[in-house]
Amino acid sequence: MKTEIKALVKKIEDLSKNLGKIRIMHLCGTHEDTVTKYNIRSLLPKNIELLSGPGCPVCITPDSDLQEIFHLIKNANITLTTFGDMARVPFEKKSLFYYRSKGYDIRIVYSIFDALEIAKRNDKPVVHFAIGFETTMPSTALAILDNVENFYVYSSHRFFIPAMEALLKAGEIKIDGFINPGHVSTIVGVKAYEHLKKYRIPQVIAGFEPYDVILAIYYIIKALKDGINSDDDLLMNEYTRAVKYEGNLKAQAVINEVFGKEDWEWRGLGIIPKSGASIRKKYEDFDARKQFEDIFKDFQPKIDLTKKACRCGEVLRGLITPEDCPLFLKVCTPKDPVGPCMVSFEGMCNIWARYRGLY
Amino acid sequence: MCLAIPGKVESIDYPFAVVSFKGTKKKIRIDLIDDLKVGDYVLVHVGFAIQKVDEAEAKRIQDLISKIVEL
Repeated sequence: MKTEIKALVKKIEDLSKNLGKIRIMHLCGTHEDTVTKYNIRSLLPKNIELLSGPGCPVCITPDSDLQEIFHLIKNANITLTTFGDMARVPFEKKSLFYYRSKGYDIRIVYSIFDALEIAKRNDKPVVHFAIGFETTMPSTALAILDNVENFYVYSSHRFFIPAMEALLKAGEIKIDGFINPGHVSTIVGVKAYEHLKKYRIPQVIAGFEPYDVILAIYYIIKALKDGINSDDDLLMNEYTRAVKYEGNLKAQAVINEVFGKEDWEWRGLGIIPKSGASIRKKYEDFDARKQFEDIFKDFQPKIDLTKKACRCGEVLRGLITPEDCPLFLKVCTPKDPVGPCMVSFEGMCNIWARYRGLY
Repeated sequence: MCLAIPGKVESIDYPFAVVSFKGTKKKIRIDLIDDLKVGDYVLVHVGFAIQKVDEAEAKRIQDLISKIVEL
């Protein structure tokens, strides 16, 4: 494979020679991990820039959701479950781990199904703070459909595909190609990107091995070089071993059964139409936003002034790299993060800090 | 978050399966996968299988790379 990759990189170099500046954006934290771990940027010719987009669920979850969760644990006698990365995101320097150290019942789970087990043997209500894109949503939908008493979900799930369109509409940066998220695509399928063809930007769904990413870049460069001759050049699937055209229909069915679509806020991207996975009225018995409505009534979100200098929002839009942020590896480190891009294992700042061997 | 790891299905007790990740075994949900058999590979994300992995396709893409670079 080593020889093949070398030859493929050479092909990319030859094809891109007279193309000028090319910006390719990937949309998944796990792609950034592959790119940085294997130093793929160093293999590419200088005119190809590989940007990182908003593909980190922990990073794009806005502070208002986090504050609501803090408000809930302080005002209701509940057990809160969530994923480890989310529990480390600070608001005014306090995270869920901080509150756990103060005696609040906060438990880290690997899977929402572990939260269900806790609910079955718990006297207190169990609320799962659910984050993630289409990849994670089916597990939350299944957990709700399991109909377990005493179990509630605070949905912070967001549909990813509308964010791609929001980025393109904002037009802050010219993007010449997209590497689409492989595991979101296992669920939504190739078909979910068809409507984005109108922007005439080549998209390649890619896997997570180094050769997957390099092959995706080759496909994009080849489409740009040869000109877009047919619609097929605008949407390609490199991750055929896991992504089908139709996606996972059963997973799509449970998502649609449980979740509706609302206009929700994303960190760095503002309000994105139809991107919020709200729990449908039919399942409101499991919806923490509904069941604890009284508690949320007097909730007022604030702005975290301690994050004033954090540029996570611009990192998520691909406008800057972590190195452009004055806080990066100075006051903001994986051990003491200021913003979520440094907290999450999928955040660009955290990935860059980790693979430099500093942490 | 969207990290998913491939593992081999060792036994099935619907809607659960025991999946081996290079020897580490874990019980996972398989409700969303059709026609799963012992010996199949699945991609697992936060405790459930999101898709089967098609070995033939994996091989095809690797062969394709060899073909591209020979051109």
